Amino acid sequence: MHFIVCIKQVPDTSEIKIDPETNSLIREGVTAMVNPFDMYAIEEALRLREAMGGLVTVMTMGPLQAETALREAMAMGADQGILLSDPAFAGSDTWATSYTLSMALRRIGDYSLILCGKQAADGDTAQVGPGIAAHMDLPQITFVRQIERISPTGIVAARMLDDGSEILESSLPCVLTVVKEINTPRLPTLKNILEAKKKEVLHWTARDLDCDFKRLGRTGSLTRVLKIFSPPMRCQGQTWTGETKEMIQALMEKVSEAIFSAKSK
Amino acid sequence: MKSISIKKMLCTACGSCETICPWCAITMIHGIANIDLDKCTLCGVCLDACQTGAIEICNVRPSSLDSSAFQDVWVFAEQKNGVVQSVTYELLGEGRKLANALKVSLCAVLLGHEIKSQVQVLIARGADRVFLVEHPGLAFFQDEPYAKVLIDLLQRYKPTIFLCGATAIGRSLAPRVATIIDAGLTADCTGLEVDPETGGLLQTRPTFGGNVMATIICPNHRPQMATVRPKVMKEAVADFGRQGELIVEQVAEALLLSRTQRLRFETESETTVNLSEANIIVAGGRGLQTPENFQLIRELAEVLGAGVGASRAAVDAGWIAYSHQVGQTGKTVCPKIYIACGISGQIQHLAGMSSSDMIIAINKDEEAPIFRVADYGLVGDLFEILPLLTREFRKLLKS
Repeated sequence: MHFIVCIKQVPDTSEIKIDPETNSLIREGVTAMVNPFDMYAIEEALRLREAMGGLVTVMTMGPLQAETALREAMAMGADQGILLSDPAFAGSDTWATSYTLSMALRRIGDYSLILCGKQAADGDTAQVGPGIAAHMDLPQITFVRQIERISPTGIVAARMLDDGSEILESSLPCVLTVVKEINTPRLPTLKNILEAKKKEVLHWTARDLDCDFKRLGRTGSLTRVLKIFSPPMRCQGQTWTGETKEMIQALMEKVSEAIFSAKSK
Repeated sequence: MKSISIKKMLCTACGSCETICPWCAITMIHGIANIDLDKCTLCGVCLDACQTGAIEICNVRPSSLDSSAFQDVWVFAEQKNGVVQSVTYELLGEGRKLANALKVSLCAVLLGHEIKSQVQVLIARGADRVFLVEHPGLAFFQDEPYAKVLIDLLQRYKPTIFLCGATAIGRSLAPRVATIIDAGLTADCTGLEVDPETGGLLQTRPTFGGNVMATIICPNHRPQMATVRPKVMKEAVADFGRQGELIVEQVAEALLLSRTQRLRFETESETTVNLSEANIIVAGGRGLQTPENFQLIRELAEVLGAGVGASRAAVDAGWIAYSHQVGQTGKTVCPKIYIACGISGQIQHLAGMSSSDMIIAINKDEEAPIFRVADYGLVGDLFEILPLLTREFRKLLKS
């Protein structure tokens, strides 16, 4: 079986700030990492390959530096990497991103299961996974917390909804997005790190995909970012120290009304 | 925009598309299938029926937008077990403002089985028109049928704005729908406004783990779709004297086909309120030290009718299930009151809760970053504070 994991290289969001002068993102010096949710997708694909046999391909769309993210996944054990990189892809929103990824998947052709992290830590949209499924007209199971069983033609997986767990059966191929609960990602071993250096990373540009150029990048995107700004600062709060009883009394005076109205709803 | 066409070279006029078309849009004329584009909804059923691959649906994007063809504001009425969820009332509250600004109608679309009783509630909460689609196959949410039914409705009625709750269901459904109909979609919005100059929707959302706010527009495509973070917008107030129109839609069986089937549903074992719906959340972290001590959190939550949250540290230690984790790799919540107990407040945790209306923090370390976002902070021993606080709240709420 061929397992394909779509991953994204993201900045460490805790380091992201807005330059108050230019009102643009300060990206210099910010650490790049594999999106945390994607680590669970990579790990799950590796486990499925260990159980079922087959191949794990990791794929990402991004600038040339994003190859580092693929190498990291290959050091965990992924067999090959595909980097979709082209100036034509720049400025893609989730529609254009999922379009580009789906065109690359069509080129790969023989996939059984496509795995994505639930969402990326920078954009937090959770839209690319279902977007790929829609572009490819494949079934989707979002927010997967556990794969109960899998065969070459079907899968049973539990997904996390707001009020519980839904166990679904789907035909394959299918698109999954996974949450943290599904596994604990392995650390790369030294042996795998050395082997990963020998493994192949394919570089595909827009010309390698049988795609409509008008649907790529900024041109193909349906949404535009009009402006960015810093979130409003929370007002300086009040902090008490000292005797427990006194602190609680002070707190109760401040919050009783709010608690009462929030509870009564 | 999508369009459908027949590849004349391949069509054998076998008639299988004519038989299967739920809209009676296909007829055989001069030995070739002919599609009446006024009747066709681009549902795609004929594509599967055609043995020779002669039917093609392709995307044709309009070069410029005729926005006058797109009118109303729609909201997706999320229901569970036949009951409309409160996030829908928040969408109706926000949708009302947008509809008034645009001087158009506010409509709700309700999918389910034997749920007609909920129509009155939607009208009371502000819907001028309710589109009702009832079928046993729509009793509970399923990605494929729900997406197909909505796509069909959106393409026929052409709203200018379509809002869904940023719930698990909304965030699974909306991207599938938006992708297929070429609609721009903005996730997890916390602010919506009509641009007085363009009439377009200004969609504001937190991004980069809440460190940056972004305002997104969708200039050339309709509908403008957004998922809206629960608990941020005010619920529309119910007025059962309001009048509204009910439009019952028949659903073609073909739209209900799903390659994914529900085998079973397991309700969350903790009996507490689910996090995205909770007005109050009591959350515990590493400071609780042992799994048994999490009982202190549950007790306080029970008194307050609150949801139980947890930091990543508490979940990774196995003290509580992952479904309770708040933060970057867990859930994003926005309750009226968030009570953080023994949580230091690392930036990944703050990303999931810092937009709460009021934050109360209890921690023994005065320097803990949680106090920088807290409205009220208690520096002290939570094992001493929590039982007393639970008692005080119990007294307060009994009175």
